[in-house]
Amino acid sequence: MSAGVSSLSEQRIAYLEELVRQARTAAAVFTQFTQEDVDGIVKPMVLAGLERARELARLAIEETRIGVLEDKFLKNMVATEFVYNYVRDKRTVGAIREFPERGLTEVAEPIGVIFSITPITNPTSTVLFKCIMAIKTRNALIFGPHPKAWRCCREAMRILYETAVKHGAPEGVFTCLEEPTIEDNVYLMHHKDVSLIDATGGRGAVKAAYSSGKPAMGVGPGNTPVYVDRTADLDMAVVDIITSKTFDNGTICASEQTVAIDDAVYDPVLRKFGELGAHICNERETAVLARVLIDPETGYPQPLAVGQKAADIARIAGIKVKPHTKLLITPIQGVVREHPLSVEKLFPVLAVYRAKSLEDALKVCVDVNHAGGRGHTAVVFSHNDEVVRRFAEAIDAGRIIVNSPGSIGALGGVYNDMVPTFSFGCGTGGGNSTTDNVNVYHYLNIKRVARRTQTHMWFRVPNQIYFNRNAVENLRQFESRSTVIVTNPALEHMGHADAVRRAMSPGTAVRILAIPDAEPELKVVLEGVEALKLQKADQIIALGGGSVIDAAKIMKLLYESPEADLEELAAPFLDIRKRVARFPAEKPGRPRLIAIPTTSGTGSEVTPFAVLTDKKAGRKVTLADYSLTPDVAIVDPQFVMTMPKGLTADTGIDCLTHALEAFVSIYSSPYTDSNAMQAIRLAFQFLPIAYEQPGDEEARTMMHNAATMAAMAFANASVGVNHALAHSLGARFGVVHGRANALMLPHVIAYNASVPTKFMPSPNQRAYNAHKKYAMTADWLGLGGQTVEEKIANLVAAVERLLDRVAMPRSIAELGISKEDFEKAMPELAGNAFDDPSWRTNPRMPLMSELTELFWSAYQGRGRAEAAGAARGD
Amino acid sequence: MSMSMNAVSNGVRLRLGGDVLQGLQEAREQLKSAEGEIVLDFSAVRRIQPSGVAAMDKLARAAEEKGIRVVLDGVSVEIYKVLKLVKLAPRFSFGGM
Repeated sequence: MSAGVSSLSEQRIAYLEELVRQARTAAAVFTQFTQEDVDGIVKPMVLAGLERARELARLAIEETRIGVLEDKFLKNMVATEFVYNYVRDKRTVGAIREFPERGLTEVAEPIGVIFSITPITNPTSTVLFKCIMAIKTRNALIFGPHPKAWRCCREAMRILYETAVKHGAPEGVFTCLEEPTIEDNVYLMHHKDVSLIDATGGRGAVKAAYSSGKPAMGVGPGNTPVYVDRTADLDMAVVDIITSKTFDNGTICASEQTVAIDDAVYDPVLRKFGELGAHICNERETAVLARVLIDPETGYPQPLAVGQKAADIARIAGIKVKPHTKLLITPIQGVVREHPLSVEKLFPVLAVYRAKSLEDALKVCVDVNHAGGRGHTAVVFSHNDEVVRRFAEAIDAGRIIVNSPGSIGALGGVYNDMVPTFSFGCGTGGGNSTTDNVNVYHYLNIKRVARRTQTHMWFRVPNQIYFNRNAVENLRQFESRSTVIVTNPALEHMGHADAVRRAMSPGTAVRILAIPDAEPELKVVLEGVEALKLQKADQIIALGGGSVIDAAKIMKLLYESPEADLEELAAPFLDIRKRVARFPAEKPGRPRLIAIPTTSGTGSEVTPFAVLTDKKAGRKVTLADYSLTPDVAIVDPQFVMTMPKGLTADTGIDCLTHALEAFVSIYSSPYTDSNAMQAIRLAFQFLPIAYEQPGDEEARTMMHNAATMAAMAFANASVGVNHALAHSLGARFGVVHGRANALMLPHVIAYNASVPTKFMPSPNQRAYNAHKKYAMTADWLGLGGQTVEEKIANLVAAVERLLDRVAMPRSIAELGISKEDFEKAMPELAGNAFDDPSWRTNPRMPLMSELTELFWSAYQGRGRAEAAGAARGD
Repeated sequence: MSMSMNAVSNGVRLRLGGDVLQGLQEAREQLKSAEGEIVLDFSAVRRIQPSGVAAMDKLARAAEEKGIRVVLDGVSVEIYKVLKLVKLAPRFSFGGM
């Protein structure tokens, strides 16, 4: 079966196989048991263990010749009563924990067969503890006790086994190796039907467990450092240390090994030790003990002293002490290499060190900790929280015991609220998988039932939006000492800035900041920030198209938070709520931003987006955060009445694209849908009129409102693949944004309406519904059609008619771009479109190949009504 | 009586009740004269014990020796999981659960 077991006889192998077979069957049968079943078994087991605690302590002493009867009795009591107190109300079968607010349930799955190594130092208590854990968790145990403690372990197991079976546990649920050997352990550790090794034992057993390749929990040796600080309650510290170090003659691996005592209290502490029955060794006695008790070759303690009384150890070493001496205190001047007695000593010999300072004490404790005790236990006596904090940070120990005995403190449940255990996880420092006090949850596979949760959504827009003719008059209500109007020279020349100034609250100091009519540059923005500072502006009015409003948003951000790092804020993100970059918190007394759009398309007056060009670095920076959203939007059509035809068409189609994309976005919601649908309807009805009859005030008003409503939709639902393609096309060939959108729109509708190659992960969408929403749009527009497919085809046709009516180009080829140039640019076009964050909310996830196909469709100008039908397989 | 028996088209159908061991013993008896397959109706069995697992192992071995297919009908998921864990499941056929 495995290396190292060749010496096992066939008979022994058959014996081991039978143990495993029994355990496997018992574990399988146990899976049928309910929580009530196991709880009904555990309680009588615990009572049986309590009843026989003293007898088991006696058996352990007789067999191992280690420890103290009274303390072994106490350990057996803790292993039953205290452990039961912890597990009695714990759910360990079926659903064990519910987190309704997170939609999570934890469900227990038993582990199966556990091979459990138990130590010589705590033999019966460890068996009692593990039997209770196994029944509580519906697992079967095969015990591999220490060869010098197997009889008492078998008896402890027998008592609990018979009680358990009597109360319904499956036969074979516990078995115990008789006359165990290392070869037996190796065989079982590698057995395919053993699911977990729980090794509470010495270095060799733990190492073998972890080397087996099986899931394993190992608990190894410790070397507990202790610091007694000058603020400690010295009487308590001395009593606690004696109690702990003499408990079961020091056999608990969490017991104190080397105590660093603050120089200021060193002498009184030693005096108290002496008064309470410890023998303070002189230099010669310490040297003798080191020679007799520590193997000079290995540096490990001699086994002869383990668990023996202090007086007996002194006698072995030839040191004269009083008959009832509790503890041998060995003052040492250094640790580890400097003194052999600074290792783990599972007997009542305690090294003490006079620490010159806190730093000195911590260094000594770190040395002791790293001399075989990493991950295990450490103790500090102090009433100074800062000392405790520094100790806890410096020492690598799963248990930092404060102002209490190390051994009994680490067991948990007596001096503190830690989980009661007889297995101390020592973390990676101790070569273990956990630092926990091993408990029932380590005997379970915990399954997480994760229910689908709907992520919370939002609808955030400026809290004041004024619209229709003369809405600008509402400016008067906003008091301001100093206002900066950000606009561009053309708008200023047209008198728009004066119109705004006239509408403002009297007494406001106004400065007009005219910036170039182009995508804002960093340099321009920084100059604007200086102007705001100079004016001590408390109000910014952005009067213009998207570029001007975007510039004003960023000016306000940097004016309000000069520490903002634009590069970091522009970091890509998938979910705005979980993004890495955090925008600065809004400051008290922040300036007000009022946006007055002079085009009907971008919708920047209500969106949280702003685009900036950093010419020096040769790149664009897109910022997105709701703190960028203007405080007030004034959607007054008087500022668009003279918009040129081309701009009317470009911005109008941009508006329609925003609405259509937001409507089918995976972030769409009833809140965004209502705005998107109205915007679509208004754009279809009024864009042709605004385009053909620019002076038609109703058409201008409706298109101005449509643009803002479409923007309210996409400010919260975002856009989709159409924008990703348009951004890429526009950047590569200098195509105006609205036109680039127009070129892609019919193709994208057909694409989104077809069955996706890849669905977009979206917890808020119950099913793929883009095609149905397009059909709903067709109905809303009264386009006719009986089936979903017909309605989609009619929508595509209607979009194409609209594009024709406002003289949009209908193919990329029409723009004069040669097929060769387009083909050459395709890797860049498709790559940039893929990198564009806009498609992250598209209803279907675009493949690179699909982006390429969409570009080619738009190049050739196909994608009319029939394409939509074809895409759906008609 | 914890078990009832019906002839099926090409074999025997046994319904197991409270005493599973007795039912499985009876099934082993039936194997001696059975041909083709034997169907064990587990729909009334709520839980199986280690002794039951051992008896099923014996039954499977006997059926394999005689080349008879043993169909377990109406086995609960809980018992099916036990049979999977003790690796007995592949040695039986399963009817409606």
